[in-house]
Amino acid sequence: MKRRDFVGLTGLASGALFIPNIPGFGNGVEVDPLRLLEAVDPAIKKRLADAALNAAKSAGATYTDVRIGRYLNQGVFTREKQVQGISSTESYGAGVRVIADGTWGFAATNIVTEAGLAKAAQLAVQIAKANAKVQKAQVQLAPQKGYGEVSWKAPIQQNAFEVPIKDKVDLLLAVNAKALEQGASFVNSVLFQVNEQKYFASTDGSYIDQDIHRIYPSFGVTAIDRASGKFRTRQALSSPMGMGYEYLTPKAADKIAGPSGSDIVGYKNSYDMLEDVVSATKQVKQKLTAKSVTPGKYDLVLDPHHLGLTIHESVGHPTELDRVLGYEANYAGTSFATLEWKAKNIPYGSKLVNIVADKLQPNSLGAVGYDDEGVKTKEWNLITEGKLVDYQKIRDQAHIVGQKESDGCCYSQSWQDVQFQRMPNVSLKPGTTKLSVDELVSKVDKGIYIAGNGSFSIDQQRYNFQFGGQVFYAIEKGKITGMLEDVAYQANTQEFWNSCSAICDQSDYRLFGAFNDGKGQPGQSSAVSHGSATTRFNGVNVINTARKIG
Amino acid sequence: MAILSKDESQAILKKVLSFSTADECEATLSGSNGGNVRSARNAISTSGAVDNVSLGVEARFGKRSGVATCNEFDDATLRRCVQRAEEIARLAPESPEYMPLLGPQTYVAAPKSFAAATAGITPDFRATQIGKTMKICDEKKVTSAAFLNDEAGFVAKRNNKGLEAYQQYSNVEFSITVRTPDGTGSGYATADFIDAAAFDAGKLTLTAAEKAANSRNAKAIEPGKYTVILEPAALVANSDASLMAALMGALDARNADEGRSFLSKKGGGNRKGEKLFDERVTIYSDPANAEIASLTFAGDGRPQKKMTWIEKGVVKNLYTSQFWAKKAGIPDIPRPGGWIMEGGTQSVQDMIKGTAKGILVTRLWYIRPVDPQTLLYTGLTRDGTFYIENGKIKHPVKNFRFNESPIIMLNNLEAIGKPVRVNGNLVPPLKIRDFTFTSLSDAV
Repeated sequence: MKRRDFVGLTGLASGALFIPNIPGFGNGVEVDPLRLLEAVDPAIKKRLADAALNAAKSAGATYTDVRIGRYLNQGVFTREKQVQGISSTESYGAGVRVIADGTWGFAATNIVTEAGLAKAAQLAVQIAKANAKVQKAQVQLAPQKGYGEVSWKAPIQQNAFEVPIKDKVDLLLAVNAKALEQGASFVNSVLFQVNEQKYFASTDGSYIDQDIHRIYPSFGVTAIDRASGKFRTRQALSSPMGMGYEYLTPKAADKIAGPSGSDIVGYKNSYDMLEDVVSATKQVKQKLTAKSVTPGKYDLVLDPHHLGLTIHESVGHPTELDRVLGYEANYAGTSFATLEWKAKNIPYGSKLVNIVADKLQPNSLGAVGYDDEGVKTKEWNLITEGKLVDYQKIRDQAHIVGQKESDGCCYSQSWQDVQFQRMPNVSLKPGTTKLSVDELVSKVDKGIYIAGNGSFSIDQQRYNFQFGGQVFYAIEKGKITGMLEDVAYQANTQEFWNSCSAICDQSDYRLFGAFNDGKGQPGQSSAVSHGSATTRFNGVNVINTARKIG
Repeated sequence: MAILSKDESQAILKKVLSFSTADECEATLSGSNGGNVRSARNAISTSGAVDNVSLGVEARFGKRSGVATCNEFDDATLRRCVQRAEEIARLAPESPEYMPLLGPQTYVAAPKSFAAATAGITPDFRATQIGKTMKICDEKKVTSAAFLNDEAGFVAKRNNKGLEAYQQYSNVEFSITVRTPDGTGSGYATADFIDAAAFDAGKLTLTAAEKAANSRNAKAIEPGKYTVILEPAALVANSDASLMAALMGALDARNADEGRSFLSKKGGGNRKGEKLFDERVTIYSDPANAEIASLTFAGDGRPQKKMTWIEKGVVKNLYTSQFWAKKAGIPDIPRPGGWIMEGGTQSVQDMIKGTAKGILVTRLWYIRPVDPQTLLYTGLTRDGTFYIENGKIKHPVKNFRFNESPIIMLNNLEAIGKPVRVNGNLVPPLKIRDFTFTSLSDAV
């Protein structure tokens, strides 16, 4: 039994309000929603941080950073005609990371006083010194200049926490009503909102105050054929975004139609939840009677809301330097894209494949001014014309690959977890030649168009993967001919990216988001976006996932 | 501060309830001390310690409910916390699934779910244990990545209907992956305990190192249907989805009744009482089991009792919320903590000896649902996959992707071994025929 498990199940933290247990969400304590609009004065945080920096130095630390964080979450959960729960939580505390005797140590406390932080700093030094006794090599930190007292705020238009809860409930219940009107058997809808108020201070001389917002509306529609016992679901085609409530005000310019005959609409920087749920209900009923796919090789046309997850798993994770070096070998795994593999200059993908990492893209989940070890964020290339050119790295890794600076992609999910290397936004650049989705589909003789992300699984070195989706359409002789079911594709990462044969242009580009990317031990969650335009991959192996049970 | 006694915690809870003016009020106090250390490349990478106590108060007016929490326990803070819960409750919508708070409950006598040795773990203890693994791996010229995590704490509940509960718990878990320097071999071992006194990082390191050495230069064999021996760590994972956890997680009565579960019946209703698995499959839960002692009360205060879920292949019970139990007129059974699958006496080695042709699987990984209708899952083998011929391990084989349902798997049962503790459950190794591997993976 672990406390987190109990908290996840307990009546008080969730059950009484019928709130699902969402990993990485709602780990804070329940508070009055109005409290979510408050912030702590940076001057107070500076004084607290200095207490920790001084205590660590006195105890023998040679480097210290302090993160004082308020992590605010609100979730609204509904099913059919009722509210299942509303949760507003705050998690407030501080984590102190030190280097003492050349070794890392970390301790966290929810007693946010000068004495509380000083005590955590002393414990962090004690842990570092205990570890140093069995350590052979000293931590080498890439140099980092201090920025003094600076701040960064996400450029949101409307703080979601300022919107009355009633408005949110009304929206979700309206979504559910649409689904039920259209004949859904069941519908669940949710709205997650996150605000990270993070203060970072280090012995490099930085005092960084940041305000980060995320929003994620979603739903699931279920259709059941009681006579046959068959049931199918269709999840929302929304993305979690680094935005405020403005994401939920639909704009015509943000809607992108899928290929003719597909009935799919994709969304850029605003989302029409009421429109999507109507499509979803129509599609989920079609899924009950759609033709079961014939296994074999197909050309796949993948919409950005689907491809984002494939990019995440098959490019984002293998290019994390900590995996490449073996730091995640015991859990998340390592990577095929080792330093030796990179040196051989083997193509990761076709020449069309250009993949960029960034922590800057507007509206993205990864966007921040500075990372969780005080490094200013940037954009850099991972794959250029199909060749792997760089990895994702943080301060204590840069020297291992002969580099002098961090990429600014260090992150911790909360004050009580130690920061480590996490994936920035990783995106496929759109094609530079004008190409619409219809034009792309028109060149496919035998293929499948896949929208939305479904089942996903990849091996621990990121070679072999299997992905499902939300909605599948057969493409025959350049045209969408009908819906398919029971589709999943299996591929090898390098073969897959080398089969990339066409990418739509910038007008089709949009962000997909992974809201709860898990990594590390103890496990931590992070949120990251992946941009792409609709893309074609030739000759991919498709399996049929239908089974019979007694 | 973090581990309060029964008297200390109930005294705080009594005071909390005395401040309440709500129709119903329930308070839960929980806290823990814990720490962890992580190594990779035979060196410590990260480590940390967290100490956390918090009080949650739920206040109810009619069918409206509000929750507030605090982590300081002076009278003024407690009073503010109760007031805030009451303010939130007054503003909340009525819950159509409201159920009154429970009155006094009888819980089974508190099992030994707490060990002082685990609560007493220090940074030095963690460093020493992880140092032991690093030393062994240095000597064997292999590379390890390991994780040691410990936690000891308590949970106390009380409400104004007379419910009162208290229990302490502890847990220490360790896992290690050992890789050979040429990158062609990888081995894994894991264990978890209530009592840290039972923990030996060295023994587990040797197991993982042996698997790594033996799994070097694996041969590729065609994917297809194979007889497999799934070790307990392949059936249940410490911190990931797994085939057996997927099955146990699907025994929800409401989903079954609503028609969206493998347990839904054509035309309506659920399949409780039907024989859906091999008759040797019996799974039950028991919070008092000494090896996996767990909380004797659920989050909402319902008692956790010994409960049979599957008996001789027949689905005997489904868990449910209090609301659904009342609405559907079915037994009111909470979701269990840990569970026990009955097994035999055979070790994995004994099972290998009795296998003419098959594949030994150490660990399954990245397991995700493919089709909830059939409980079909996909995932991959990892960290020690071996071909068995004539009762002996013949050679290591390349890893596979599988697409398989635990329902089909538990119908294709060949043999059940001796259960061992994995992630708070007792899980036997299973020998399964016609396990479906759908492709090869180059991953090591």
